[in-house]
This record gives sequence, C-alpha cells and structure tokens, in this order.
Amino acid sequence: MRIIACGNRNRSDDGAGLLVAERLRSFGIQVEVQSGEALDLIEAWRGADEVIVIDTVVTGARPGTLHIWDGAELQLPACSQPSSHGLGVAEAISLSRTLNYVPKRLQIFGIEGRNFNFGSTVSPQLLTTVEKLVDTIRAGIATETITA
Amino acid sequence: MNTRTRTIRVDTLARVEGEGALDIKLIGERVADVKLKIYEPPRFFEAFLRGRHYSEVPDITARICGICPVAYQMSAVHAIERAFGIKIDPAVRLLRRLFYCGEWVESHALHVYMLHAPDFLGYQDVIGMAHDHRELVEKALRLKKIGNHIMTVLGGREIHPVSACVGGFYKTPTKAQLSELAEDLHWALEASIDTARWTAGFDFPDFEQDYEFVALRHPGEYALNEGRLVSNRGLDIDVAEYEDHFVEQHVKYSNALHSVIRGRGSYLVGPLARFNLNFDQLHPVAKQVALEIGLHPPVKNPFRSIAVRAIELVFACAEALRIITEYEPPPEPRVQAVPRSAVGQAITEAPRGVLYHRYALDEEGMVLTAKIVPPTSQNQKRIEDDLREYAAHLVAWPLEEATWKCEQAIRNYDPCISCATHFLKLRINREAR
Repeated sequence: MRIIACGNRNRSDDGAGLLVAERLRSFGIQVEVQSGEALDLIEAWRGADEVIVIDTVVTGARPGTLHIWDGAELQLPACSQPSSHGLGVAEAISLSRTLNYVPKRLQIFGIEGRNFNFGSTVSPQLLTTVEKLVDTIRAGIATETITA
Repeated sequence: MNTRTRTIRVDTLARVEGEGALDIKLIGERVADVKLKIYEPPRFFEAFLRGRHYSEVPDITARICGICPVAYQMSAVHAIERAFGIKIDPAVRLLRRLFYCGEWVESHALHVYMLHAPDFLGYQDVIGMAHDHRELVEKALRLKKIGNHIMTVLGGREIHPVSACVGGFYKTPTKAQLSELAEDLHWALEASIDTARWTAGFDFPDFEQDYEFVALRHPGEYALNEGRLVSNRGLDIDVAEYEDHFVEQHVKYSNALHSVIRGRGSYLVGPLARFNLNFDQLHPVAKQVALEIGLHPPVKNPFRSIAVRAIELVFACAEALRIITEYEPPPEPRVQAVPRSAVGQAITEAPRGVLYHRYALDEEGMVLTAKIVPPTSQNQKRIEDDLREYAAHLVAWPLEEATWKCEQAIRNYDPCISCATHFLKLRINREAR
C-alpha cells in the first residue's frame, strides 16, 4: 500500500494531511509527501495497486468532517485553469483515468477544512479527525483493509 | 451609441476564495477597466522571516512555491552570501546552475504541455487533450520526472529541497551520481527539440506589444543565478540598485503590490525577456532550433511564449548535459559563513522571470528585514496592460468566448498563485444598462 499526503503547512488547515503524515511516520509507516501538483501525484501512484491519498478538502461540510471517497468513482469538476499552480488532486485523478493510471484501489481521505489563512496552526476541529484517521489507517494496515 | 456594459470575470486565479480574480469591464466598444488581483504569499513570508537565523532562510523561502522552490532558495542564498561577502567555489556555482536547470525543465514542461498546449490544439483543458494525445502527457510526465530527478540529486528531495545552503550545499553529489542523469537528459534534449518544432505549427493570435523586457544578463552565459539587470530600453544596473529603479505601487482593488519601473511603468520578465535580451548566449542547439522554427528576437507576441519556453527547455537540457560532463566535485561542499551586520540583495531567473530578494542581517546572522519581489508581482501590471489591449479586440465576441480568450492571455504568463486547496470557480456577469 502506498500512502500519499498532500498539503501546505503554511496555509493553516491545508496542513492537516501533512500532520497525518508526520503522525504515521512516527509509527514507522512510510508516507510520501506531495505538494499536490498533478503530474507529481500521477508519478507517485502510477504502478501501485493500492493507494491512499490524504488531503484537506472543501465541500461545505462541517470543519473536521472526514470524507472517504473511491477515486475510481469520484465526480470531479472541470479542470480549466489560468495557472499550472491550480492543477491538483482532481486533475491528477481525471488524467489518470484517461491514461489508465488509476491504481486498482485509490482511496481519497479528505479532511474538511475552513481556515486557509497564512499560518501553521491546523484548526482544533481538524486535529481530532487527524488522530481518528491515523488510527483508521494504522488499523487498516494491520488487517490490510481500510474501510469507511 | 452602444453603451451596453459587459463584465468579464475570471475567478480561478487563486486557490483560496477571494484571493485572486480578473475583472474586465467593457462599455460598448471600449475597455473601461481591467483589474487583476493575485494575492502574494511572499508578503507573509517577509514578516515570517524577521528574527530568523540566516541558515533557516533558504528552507523557509523554498516553501513559498511548490513549483519553483529552487528559485526562492537560490535568490535567498545569493543575497545572504553577498551580505556576508562569501565567494562560492566554481564547482558549487556549476551545481547551482544545474539545480536551476532541473527546475526550468520541470516547470516549463508543466506549463507547455499541461497548461498552454490545449489552447493551441483546440481543447478546453489537458484532460480533453489527453484523450486524443496521450503521448503529449506521457512526454510531460517524463520531462517533469527528469527535472524532479535533478532537483532530488542536488536538493536532497524534489518537494521543498533542503540541501542548498548559504556557502554551497550541505552535501554535493559525486561525478558518478551526476553521470547517471546523462541518459535521461539526452532523451529530454531530443524531446525538447521535438517540442519546439511542434509549437512552430501552432496558430498564434495576431497580437504584439511594445514591451520593456527585463532580465539578468551575464557576460559569458545565458543568465540564471547572476548578472546585471538589463532591459531593451537602456536599463543596466547592479542588482543592489534594483529598488532605486523599480517601485511597488499599492492599488486600491488588490492587496498585492504592482511593480513598475520608476518613471516608465509596466515591464515584462520571464522567458520572452530572457530570449530577447540574451538570445546570443543560448546554447548553440537551442539557438539553431529557434532559428529553424522562425523564432528570433525580438519576440513581441506573448502567445508565442510557448515556443520560447520550449527553446528554454532545449537550453536547460543542453546546459545540464554540459555541466554534468564538466563537473568535478568541489574540495568542500560549502564555504563556512561568517555572519556580519550587512544588507545583501540578489536576483535570479525563476522560470517565470526575475526574483528579487533583499535581507538586512545583524552581526549574529539574524534577519532584521526581508523583501521578496516575485516574478508574478513584477508581471502583474504588464498582464493587466496586455488584457486591456487584448480585450479591445474581443468586444464583438460572445462573452463566454471573450472570457476564454482572456484566460488564454493569462496562461501566457502562468501566474504563480499561492499554494493551498482546490477552489475552482468561474463566474461570468452580463449586464445591460
């Protein structure tokens, strides 16, 4: 299983995925950290059978809500962008579908965020979810299945 | 007289809602107003850096941008080295040039294939292009991977590299480690030449502007890390004089600052400026391919920047190959820094153009003040000027198409936006009065 965490530690809640990575690494679990740029993400999961991507997301839900999506079925927005800096996880999944690079099992663990101001503090509502997700992934690795 | 007011609005210029947008107001046949707002993370980092030790600066500034961390590191180390009076080893200088080539390869490949090419091939986005041209995305993936690999060998890791430091690198590669890059780079060079030839077949809008091009110029090489700052209108200054000639202006509608040349106004930095000012110093292969595809200075059409980026891809691959052939490891990976109370400035050529850093440091090497002027900030007013001219050609177009064309004009620059989450929104307002 390949675990990829995305985010930016300088944009408050966007650092939640990276906090999960730090916690998992403290238990000796290998986690690849990515900025979220689409081509690097495709390269990171290409050829893997089972992949978990952890990132902060915005859906309008309550901050701290944990979303678990199947990457093969996720509905994705159109990806036209005026800047290459906007090409992220959604575009990586869309492109992987087109190129047949989607891993056999691609799970997206999204932690709902709300505060994206500059700063390195992740909101308290998300920290509980970070711990829950760390436990979920550790338990899943032990049983080789991770489910919602 | 037609006084219908139309507003073109592009909201996707930021990843965080409210941080970036483009508004163009058309009244009848006239472009009444253009407002470009792109939030600049460096402002936050300028405050964040105060009170930090100089040795932390390269790693902190590398986190400003996920796509061009090397540029931020390089401007930071050169500025601090200038403040401390450090002369780096020639082999370290060569490695830094290679480091930069890696970033140019990955950033230009991303821009050319993933962002810009779909516009010229008639696709809404790269996903549509990938359906019909799988090979283009495969090529982008491999080029990006090669650029990343160079950054990993020199930077310790590809995302937010950590090995570059004031005085050199924490660790320098062996000759054998660099030689391992050669096979990939030979492929990348050929792929880049093909890319440049491929862009020659595109239809470019008939749109030229009378730009003041600004770039570094070095006496003996296509400038990356050092040189004097020059322009096609007579500017020729030491980088320490930057703030005497360039000023940042507040504009009411944006929290970003717009950079202008004192007494003259907007200017353009990036591939077009470098190509036009330093064409004679391109690697012979890059120069030859440029001439073959009919690209010679001055290139004044910003839509042709895709071809210029492809030429710079050729240059970066050829230059990287030259460096790994000539490289002999330095006796020491870095010169020991001795802090002193001083101010140091540096400019290096980020993929999107010149990136200015200035640091005031105390005798312990703590940062008193920091100033960072990124290329996107320097191009912001110029992008606005382009759009003001370009939108005038679009007044008769349906709003949706006009909006799309304006987005294309922004893609010429690939503005650097702050890296956070993924808000995608495009809103178009149409009003009559």
